Amino acid sequence: MGLDIRWPIGIIFAIYGAILMVFGALTDPAIFERSLRVNIDVWWGAAMLVFGFFMGGLAYRASRQNRP
Amino acid sequence: MHLSLIDYSIIAIYFVFVLGIGFALRGRMKTSDDFFLSGRSIPGWITGLAFMSANLGALEVMGHAANAAKYGMFVNHFYWMAAMPAMCFVGVFMMPFYYGSKVRSVPEFLKLRYNEKTRTLNAFSFAIMTLLVSGIDLYAMAILFQRMLNWPFWSSVMASALVVAIYIYLGGLTSSIYNEVLQFFLIVFGFLPLAILGLKEVGGFVGLEAKLATLPNPGYGHTWANIWRADMNPMGINWFGTVFGLGFVLSFGYWCTDFLVVQRAMAAKDMPAAQRTPLIAAVPKMFFPLLIILPGLVAISLDPDLTKFLDGRYDNAIPAMLGKYYPSGLLGIGLTALLASFMSGMAGNVTAFNTVWTYDIYQTHINPGKSDGHYLKMGKFATVFAVAVGIATAFIVLRFNNLMDYLQLLFAFFNAPLFATFLLGMFWKRATPNAAFCGLLSGILGAAGHYTLYHFKVINYPSDMAANFYQAIWAFAICFGITVLVTFFTQPKKDEELVGLVYALTPKPRNEHLPWYERPGILAIGILALCVVLNIIFW
Repeated sequence: MGLDIRWPIGIIFAIYGAILMVFGALTDPAIFERSLRVNIDVWWGAAMLVFGFFMGGLAYRASRQNRP
Repeated sequence: MHLSLIDYSIIAIYFVFVLGIGFALRGRMKTSDDFFLSGRSIPGWITGLAFMSANLGALEVMGHAANAAKYGMFVNHFYWMAAMPAMCFVGVFMMPFYYGSKVRSVPEFLKLRYNEKTRTLNAFSFAIMTLLVSGIDLYAMAILFQRMLNWPFWSSVMASALVVAIYIYLGGLTSSIYNEVLQFFLIVFGFLPLAILGLKEVGGFVGLEAKLATLPNPGYGHTWANIWRADMNPMGINWFGTVFGLGFVLSFGYWCTDFLVVQRAMAAKDMPAAQRTPLIAAVPKMFFPLLIILPGLVAISLDPDLTKFLDGRYDNAIPAMLGKYYPSGLLGIGLTALLASFMSGMAGNVTAFNTVWTYDIYQTHINPGKSDGHYLKMGKFATVFAVAVGIATAFIVLRFNNLMDYLQLLFAFFNAPLFATFLLGMFWKRATPNAAFCGLLSGILGAAGHYTLYHFKVINYPSDMAANFYQAIWAFAICFGITVLVTFFTQPKKDEELVGLVYALTPKPRNEHLPWYERPGILAIGILALCVVLNIIFW
């Protein structure tokens, strides 16, 4: 199909994950009062980053297998 | 609720990607088959997630969370009793006819199996229903953003409708399906923290159960325990109405005949992928109560009087929980997930409408015999038209107050009788074309009659939802009965015309060469077994 949908999914999740982790690490911890004093931005950002790399990895593997 | 720069950036990145997918695909839309059916070339896991996601519109997410806050775990029936068996049935038993007959739409199947009249009746009723539904997603989104963030109703309707129109215009069904897969993952990642943080606050499942037991109606924490008598469960529906109306007629009618979802399976690359599409979709669907119903239950257990943060409305369950738990950053992700769900729901309606309009109405009745390029252009035009009408219906919907009831009402009108027509058509070769037409028409009229009687209070039900379930049962029964009756007085089609369209005359798809985890029958049994386990755990 030309476009492997796993590329855009991998990339957007990696971007979101990175943004959330950096923001969560640098921002004033007071904003995490509402999320039950868990720095949810860092943790959830990490989860999204890992998922993004996983999707990108699948796409990369598929692109190498398809090459003759 | 206050958004900071980071939240706006996250939303902006989402729009860039959604439009980017449309642009990346625009060179590939060469024939009408590419545009309406993705050239039948997409792998099963992608069509499966799109099948799931096209159904995840605004009402699904917001509506079922609100229903969970209002009716408790009873809402699990929409997933475990209603959706699961229907999705397995369409994959294992119906997909061989849909995909195998190479039809391009659900109404076209009716033409092959029955006749042109039946197809036209279905094409028109489906087109009208789809346009009425597509406005709901827009409306629900615009109202939400108006309430949460003070964005003007007009501008959020226009902006999101425009984005949907552009990506479908450029990349057709492929673009819609690809975006639905992206949207699926965003919805999961955007809502899962609600369940995690909510459970943390109430003290896990044990704490939640204890809190739910203290509510005025102790049935909140059970799926099945209160089903036997109508006066004991919060929705006021007895087991017959629930099991037969929701579990059989409405759910099979929706999952097995609604072109919105069936179209995704038709885009699959081969028969096994088409059969797997609904089965793959069933796996995440089975766990969606965790994302949608659980936050509703947490909300009501923390705020039983709707005074603390729910602001007097069950509909607020999801937005109020987002506002309560999500800090800047994650809030952007949560709002993106909401946007994604609105867009995937609306895009599903638009792609289904433009296909039925172009193939079943325009090409059949208005302007037959033109070049393929002409119909491709018409499809693009119909996309713009559907979005414009969607915007107009968003303003009609402003007049209704309960959206979920409105939606089930439409389904009870059009999908419920249609399922009888399909069931008889696919599994009883004697069913005649004229009988199917009479049955379908009387089913729709029967539903209209029932609705009129209920509306003018000639017959009464404890809740609107109960009325919808019974309306579906009546519509189905009337269509079924009339079709069978008329069949005995009319001429059936010859056997050789029905090969590939009726169960008894169609060779079974061969699956022996597939590994066990790709065989539809085995997957379906596994899914149903898992579903029984979930029902028992949360009985």
